[in-house]
Amino acid sequence: MNHFPILSVMLGVPLLAGLFCLMADAKMARTIALAATLIDFALGVLLWAKFDVGGAQWQFQESLPLFSGFSWKLGIDGIALLLIELSVFLMPICILASNAIDKRVGEYMGAFLLMEALMIGVFAAQDLYLFYIFFEAGLIPMYLIIGVWGGAERIYASYKFFLYTLLGSVLMLIAMLWMAHDANTTDIPTLMQYDFDPAAQKWLWLAFFASFAVKMPMWPVHTWLPDAHVQAPTAGSVILAGVLLKMGGYGFIRFSLPMFPSASADYAWLIYGLSMVAVVYTSLVALVQTDMKKLIAYSSVAHMAIVTVGLFAFNTQGLEGSMIVMLSHGLVSAALFLCVGVIYDRLHTREISRYGGLAINMPYYALLFMLFTMASVGLPGTSGFIGEFLSLAGIYQQSSWVAFVSTTGIILGAAYMLYLYRRIAFGEQKNADAAAMRDLEPREWLMLAPIAAAVLWMGVYPESFLAPMRGDIRAIEARLAATKPAGDAQFQMGKAPPAGEAEAEGAH
Amino acid sequence: MDWIQSLRIGAAEELLSTVGIALLVGSAWGQGRRDARAITWVAVLTLVAAAVITAPALWHGVRGAEALAFNGLLSGDAFAAFAKLLIYVAAAASLLVAPAFFEKYRAMRSEYPVLVLFAVLGMGIMVSATNLLTLYVGLELNSLAAYVLAAFLKPDERSAEAGLKYFVLGALASGILLFGMSLTYGFTGTIGFAGISATLTGHASMGALFGLVFVLSGLAFKISAVPFHMWTPDVYEGAPTPVTTFFASAPKVAALALTMRVALEAFGTQAAAWQQIISFVALASIVVGALGAIGQRKLKRLLAYSSINNVGFILVGLASATQQGAAAMLVYLTIYVPMTIGGFVAILMLKDDQGNQLEDMADIAGLSRTRPMLALGLGSIMFSMAGIPFFFGFWGKFVVFQSAVNAGMVWLATLAAMASVIGAYYYLKVLKVMYFDDPANRVTGRSDMVHEWLLASCAVFVSPLGYLVTKGLTALTMTAAGVLFPLA
Repeated sequence: MNHFPILSVMLGVPLLAGLFCLMADAKMARTIALAATLIDFALGVLLWAKFDVGGAQWQFQESLPLFSGFSWKLGIDGIALLLIELSVFLMPICILASNAIDKRVGEYMGAFLLMEALMIGVFAAQDLYLFYIFFEAGLIPMYLIIGVWGGAERIYASYKFFLYTLLGSVLMLIAMLWMAHDANTTDIPTLMQYDFDPAAQKWLWLAFFASFAVKMPMWPVHTWLPDAHVQAPTAGSVILAGVLLKMGGYGFIRFSLPMFPSASADYAWLIYGLSMVAVVYTSLVALVQTDMKKLIAYSSVAHMAIVTVGLFAFNTQGLEGSMIVMLSHGLVSAALFLCVGVIYDRLHTREISRYGGLAINMPYYALLFMLFTMASVGLPGTSGFIGEFLSLAGIYQQSSWVAFVSTTGIILGAAYMLYLYRRIAFGEQKNADAAAMRDLEPREWLMLAPIAAAVLWMGVYPESFLAPMRGDIRAIEARLAATKPAGDAQFQMGKAPPAGEAEAEGAH
Repeated sequence: MDWIQSLRIGAAEELLSTVGIALLVGSAWGQGRRDARAITWVAVLTLVAAAVITAPALWHGVRGAEALAFNGLLSGDAFAAFAKLLIYVAAAASLLVAPAFFEKYRAMRSEYPVLVLFAVLGMGIMVSATNLLTLYVGLELNSLAAYVLAAFLKPDERSAEAGLKYFVLGALASGILLFGMSLTYGFTGTIGFAGISATLTGHASMGALFGLVFVLSGLAFKISAVPFHMWTPDVYEGAPTPVTTFFASAPKVAALALTMRVALEAFGTQAAAWQQIISFVALASIVVGALGAIGQRKLKRLLAYSSINNVGFILVGLASATQQGAAAMLVYLTIYVPMTIGGFVAILMLKDDQGNQLEDMADIAGLSRTRPMLALGLGSIMFSMAGIPFFFGFWGKFVVFQSAVNAGMVWLATLAAMASVIGAYYYLKVLKVMYFDDPANRVTGRSDMVHEWLLASCAVFVSPLGYLVTKGLTALTMTAAGVLFPLA
């Protein structure tokens, strides 16, 4: 290891800054936090620039045998790269969005910076136990963020968040211990190539599923999410929806699929079933919400169901689509929560009915909000379209029924998002105080404009985001090819084979 | 085997008994506050000296015949050395925290350090015993000192009650233990661990199994494992807090090390028989400890249940009956001791402006705003006890689960891990009270500097920095645990 340990530095900067924030006063803490997250963002840009697209699968590898039983081993592939970029991109925005926080600012910033370090750690860890430590430790800052700076029901929400996720993860820990014992290694790249006994795979898969399904979250273990979102402060919701939910998807794509390919095929029905329910049910629930944050939280569950469906399509389109949905949802839901935060800061209510006709007094706000609404719906030209289209095209090859049901999610998504937008931005200005609200201030522009640019970029030229992970997706697809279940789609390329050959094929 | 070698192996015990007796005599003349403080410091230094004498055995991995003293009654092997070092550290900490506490009640007397020294001596004999009788002598020496310590705060009714309860139930447990020993002797014809292990091969007779069950029950009382845990919350709550600090750390180590020796060395050939018992006791302790703690309003009672819970996790390592499992238990103990001491020291630091001790959950409401560093210290210890990574407490749980999984007891590890989520709830509750609730502003008194330093060092140890010692710790514990597995 003779190159600059950029991943360790990216972990270290926010950790160190977080410690300083604990001791600093409010104004100083804000400055330190913003500076640290911007440094990390700059390092992230550097990371992407130096990332050799199409080169070695694992890059920027670092290894330091510091501990007993596991080691400090970092490294990224294209998938991890993109998720790290998402994290470092959203963090400075979160810090900017925390202007309304006025109590215990130092501790708040410290918690957020710790969160950032742990998120990068989750995506960069190449050792099984190191991954677990980062994955699990993320609960601590989030518990504090919700519990200390959250809304009225914050204590209930923080407990629910913590205990739900903890129960899921301890099962994963036991599975990891078993895996390390069986394969005699904790190295994630090696484990991705290791063939576990198919009978054992089933149990291991279920244990990992317990953790990732809660994190994702999948129906029916999604109920912690609306509570956590509604109670968390704006920046907490942004990071929760933007990055933490992606850890579940990342877990599936990094662990469940490549490590347990045969079990993934065996349990595909479970994923399909839960995802289909989630798409329809949570979309319908979203339709009747009167609380803006709850509505967006339920829409997250529906979008994440599209991700799981795409992941378990076992083909390139599905996997790539899922990754793009994750990235896109990371940006869009973060932006939507920020939009909610912008008007919440002015009126201090999340009730949809308290607003109306904002397009008149807040035209720029309405414009940006419209863009993110459309991206959430999946309008072509925005990031949402690319991801959802690819995922659904992927699953269509595997099961047309699942594709059919999942696609209703797009229609329902359009329904609840447009309905939300109409109630907030259009119509008459029934509330005088809402009508008197100012339009975006420069700080809010700084938060929303970069996300809008990224959303359009991903929608117009997705190749920038597809290229880094193409090789990794192909590797996973090759790993899954042997065991993937037969799909119900019958593609016929070119001419049909002669009758005799077709019969011979039908015989086995 | 000559007397010189025997005396050299038992050097730490000889030092402790000599200094203990000398201080006992000295304390007859020095009863003032200053004298008590001086005697406390001498006792601490004696413990340090004993640690220095003991440490080389661990370092060189002493085991087998070269470790045996007094015709096989004691063994100064690496395992005993490891346990003794932990005991000395724990005892020294409970000596250091005492003066500031007792002086408030005008009860700081020179007997306290003397009694602690004798208890430590007993514990040293417990962990080195390779013979049922030495074991019993060590256990009783420790227990008798402990009964008096529990009742040390004479004017306090709760303290007297704790002493009496501890004594009555402890005597009962000793009886059970003795009965088990006599059965074992009757059916094996020997009281040496090596002899028992050599006799009990193959299918053991019913009588020998009864002996095993009674011995384990007696020991389960000493480590406060379910179903012999009932005394723990009352004694922990009633005893003066420095004494509770002592009870929760040093004797736990000694009794657990003793249990390991008895189970793995004496009854090692009957592992299949006691593995079921230990698995049940482990799970029951985890669950009862976790559920019992939920409703507690007194912090000391909460920590008492937490210690029952922790003993359960440690026993998961014993249930796997492997060298890795034994090493995992020692790792867990090494992390558990500073966590517990830190927890009780934090409680000692909760004082109102008159210097009275506060012990209620409600007293620490909003502590993070009035005393941020104290809250941070106690908070780290709580997260660590809950086993949430990246705090170091996670590592203890991790290694015991690992040993269980590697020994093929995945079910035990799974159930224990799921039960640990219940435990997480009440640790979180402490955090919630400190961080989320509005300040009660009751903790206003100044804390002692020794307490501050102790809490700070415990908090640093359980912080992620602790992981840096894992390499050395694994090597040392594997050496120490190797002593119990002669064939490995």
